[in-house]
Amino acid sequence: MSGPTLVVLAVGALVASSCAIVGTFLVLRRMALLGDAISHAVLPGIALAFMMTGSRAALPMVVGAGALGVVTVFLVEALHRSRRLKEDASIGVVFPALFAIGVILVSRYTSQVDLDIDCVLYGEIAYAPLDTISAFGRNLGPKALWVTGATLLVDLALVLLLYKELKMTSFDPALAAALGFSPVLVHYALMSAVSVTVVGAFESVGAILVVAMLVVPPAAAYLLVERLSAMIALAVGLGIAATGLGYAFARALDASIAGGIASAAGAIFVAAWIASPRHGVIVRVARNRALARRLDGELLLLHLKDRAAALPLDAVRRRFGWTGKKVGRVVAELESERLVTQDNGGLAITPEGARSLETAGTAPLAHSG
Amino acid sequence: MTEGGIVISYTLWNVLAGSTILGVTGGVLGCFTLLRRQSLLGDALAHAALPGVCVAFLLTGSKSPLPLLLGALAAGVAGSLLILSIVRWSRVKEDSAIGIILSVFFGLGIVLLTRIQQLPGGNQSGLDKFLFGQAASLVASDLAVMGTLSLAVLAAVVLLFKEWKLLAFDRTFGASLGYPMRGLEIGLTCLLVVVVVVGLQTVGVVLMVATLVTPAAAARQWTDRLSVMTVLSGAIGGISGASGAIASGLVSHLPTGPTIVLVASAMLVVSLLFAPNRGLLWAALRERRFTARIRRENLLKDVYLFGERGGGRFEFVSRPALMGERGLGGAEIERHSLPLLRAGLLERFGDALRLTPAGLVEAERLVRKHRLWEVYLTRRLELPPDHVHRDAEAMEHALSEAAVDDLDEMLGFPEVDPHGRRIPRREKAET
Repeated sequence: MSGPTLVVLAVGALVASSCAIVGTFLVLRRMALLGDAISHAVLPGIALAFMMTGSRAALPMVVGAGALGVVTVFLVEALHRSRRLKEDASIGVVFPALFAIGVILVSRYTSQVDLDIDCVLYGEIAYAPLDTISAFGRNLGPKALWVTGATLLVDLALVLLLYKELKMTSFDPALAAALGFSPVLVHYALMSAVSVTVVGAFESVGAILVVAMLVVPPAAAYLLVERLSAMIALAVGLGIAATGLGYAFARALDASIAGGIASAAGAIFVAAWIASPRHGVIVRVARNRALARRLDGELLLLHLKDRAAALPLDAVRRRFGWTGKKVGRVVAELESERLVTQDNGGLAITPEGARSLETAGTAPLAHSG
Repeated sequence: MTEGGIVISYTLWNVLAGSTILGVTGGVLGCFTLLRRQSLLGDALAHAALPGVCVAFLLTGSKSPLPLLLGALAAGVAGSLLILSIVRWSRVKEDSAIGIILSVFFGLGIVLLTRIQQLPGGNQSGLDKFLFGQAASLVASDLAVMGTLSLAVLAAVVLLFKEWKLLAFDRTFGASLGYPMRGLEIGLTCLLVVVVVVGLQTVGVVLMVATLVTPAAAARQWTDRLSVMTVLSGAIGGISGASGAIASGLVSHLPTGPTIVLVASAMLVVSLLFAPNRGLLWAALRERRFTARIRRENLLKDVYLFGERGGGRFEFVSRPALMGERGLGGAEIERHSLPLLRAGLLERFGDALRLTPAGLVEAERLVRKHRLWEVYLTRRLELPPDHVHRDAEAMEHALSEAAVDDLDEMLGFPEVDPHGRRIPRREKAET
């Protein structure tokens, strides 16, 4: 691998890690779309920072974007709490308004300079190795590495410092408040971290990929594990995997790397969704079918109970409206468990079958969890 | 010069027509998404349309609007169905599902778009305008397509108004009446996709959601009737579309889409503040007036209680004594007493206050409410007497005269409250 490739992959992995860390909490708190909103609404903050300093220096932009992130959260909350709009509508009116202000600022006041909207929206991680910074006369390497690395440190610090509080307020806000944690404070801390993460990732990967990295790997991890710590770790891992896969995919097609990474994240989610051992579609379908089969067997047993004479198979078919094949399957299953016996007269329930009915209604039907 | 003028006005006319059509249609349909709490579905559909546009271009090689719109429509429908199935078939919640579809579809679209730009002639494909919207690039044939689609959407809303109203407010009731709610839902989502696709070219991916949500949110503040809201929302959308287009035509470097959104947002802010009933300004004023009344009534009652403790001789009470009662400052007592002095309920001597005869009647009315409520709470709800004071403090300001009389009668005209203090009787106050 060449140097530039390594830089691109490293930036991608750093972005993926910090997004996965804060995104896990967004997904758990059902605030995924607040992340989407923040990622767009920071634009006027960036534009203002740019207009005031006249440069693309990282720090003013982070400050400007961070401020706008907090403004977004505040406005959404205020609208929502005034009970004039529902939460989804509050998000839906706030972020386009802020984004519109950002676009107008950019096109009116910064049109001569290089801050274009395309870049903001879907960034270009491929240029990351070219934009280097220097200090004290020495070249310190790609700026994106420093920015995204610093972002990751901020997010790590937040989660390590506030782990207990974040966990408590995400799963049981009422209990957290009763124990004296302030859900509001934790909420704003998390949202500030989201804003910082978004802006740190902005230039290199763009707004849309930030959303993909914030939401998709944590959602996939949510389908695979049950513990918060495991979910964060797995989300980071899946995010990095998506970066690697997406990079290869984009290079093979000679297409946008950011788009490729988002697509790869989508593929990983679909895989988790289908094949997750506990929550996957395959397991769910199998579980539903097993349940339906068990229900059929129990219905038949119930029908046979307290019946003196054996019941012909034809009568079973008519009674339940089943096909001959289905009757055969249900009967074969019950026979193999010795719950019914069959002779030329038809079906009869065994003592074991009658006993099994006593517990039929009380045993847990579904796999819990 | 004149020729330039004609060209500009031709463009402006197209932009104006396109923006207005979009504003009206988005506003009308947005009402249903707003009420169904699916405001952000429009956002997801706008993003999801991109890969459809690209695939349609790759398949047909044409830039004419119809195939591109059909591609976007197919991708939008696929995206919305995927959101529904993720929510239904996994434990991932709706917000995450929307976020996933939005970003992954858009990512795919970007991959395809960059791929197309590598193709010979792909650079001129003009697909970018679907991303950020370029109202100025609208031509007559685009307008024809937009107009036809919008008319179809509006006609569908008129025809299925009753059914979609049921879908928005009481889905189960609709199902029990035998309406195919699932089909109606899918139909509504398809129309949403149509509007999104119509809007992409004018306002772009990101701002599309605002043309749906913002006018509807503004209209919602003025009325509780869906029919009125729909018309109003269409009007607000149309006005913001038209004025945004004109403003951006007159001022250079003022992009159309963002201007439309800002006009609509401004109308939303006005609606939130000033709409009758729901307006936040009126609510704040109402609350202020109520707080002021509570303060006045409390002061009147405090002066009364001093007299009562002094054996029923309602003499002047000094300000420091009143300050001790609720921990108020002297300036606050002064401020709260001013309206009472003006109304002739209190009179003053230096900084001391005394009830006038009218003030005594008013104070007894308040104390009666307070004490009757305390009796009610201890007798009927069997609360211990030391738990009822705070609740009565709130209720004395809220109970109406008629309710108090009923309460009095229901309790059998009690003489004293749970703390053994006399309940003022109206007859006595009048003599």
